[in-house]
Amino acid sequence: MTYLQDGLSIFFVSAGIFFMVVGSIGIIKFPDFYSRTHATSKVDTLGIVLFLGGLSIHLGISQNSAKLMMAIMFIIIANPVASHALARAAY
Amino acid sequence: MMDAFFWGASVFTAFSILIPFYRSYKGPSVFDRVLSIAAIGGKTIALICLTGLYFDRLSMFLDIALTYAILNFIMAIVLAKYMERLSEEETK
Repeated sequence: MTYLQDGLSIFFVSAGIFFMVVGSIGIIKFPDFYSRTHATSKVDTLGIVLFLGGLSIHLGISQNSAKLMMAIMFIIIANPVASHALARAAY
Repeated sequence: MMDAFFWGASVFTAFSILIPFYRSYKGPSVFDRVLSIAAIGGKTIALICLTGLYFDRLSMFLDIALTYAILNFIMAIVLAKYMERLSEEETK
C-alpha cells in the first residue's frame, strides 16, 4: 500500500515539475504576448495542480491534505482568470 | 527515499522559477513583465509547500501558500485593471 502511495506521488510530482519547466520555457520562447499567455495559463495551471495533487497523495487522508485540495481548487479557478484578465487588458 | 526525491523536486522547481526572470527583465511590454511575475508566483506556491514538508511544519506553510495564491491573483487582477484604464486614457 505504501509502495503504491509513494509511486503515485513520485509520478504526479514528476509530471508537475515537467509541465512547470515546459511552461517556463514557453514564456521565454514564444514570440507574442498572447501565445505567452497561452503558455502560462494552461500549462502552468496543469503543472501546479499535478504537483500539489502528488503532494496530497504523499500525505494521505489528513487535514493538510484537505488544505491542499482547497489550494488546488483555488488555483484551478484563479490562475486562468488572471491570465485572461491580463490578455484582455493588453488587447 | 521520499526525502531525497522531494529535495531533488525542490531543486527542479527552483530552476523552473528561475527561467521566467529573464522575461521579466527583458519583456518588451509591461504585460509581459506582469505575466512572468504571475507565473513565478504560481510556481512559488509549490516551492512553499515543499519547504513546509522539509521543515516538518506543513500546516503553517500551507496557510502561507494559500495566502500567497490569493495575493498573486489579486496582484494580477489589479494590475490588469490599472493598465487597461491607463491605456484607455492614453487613447482619448
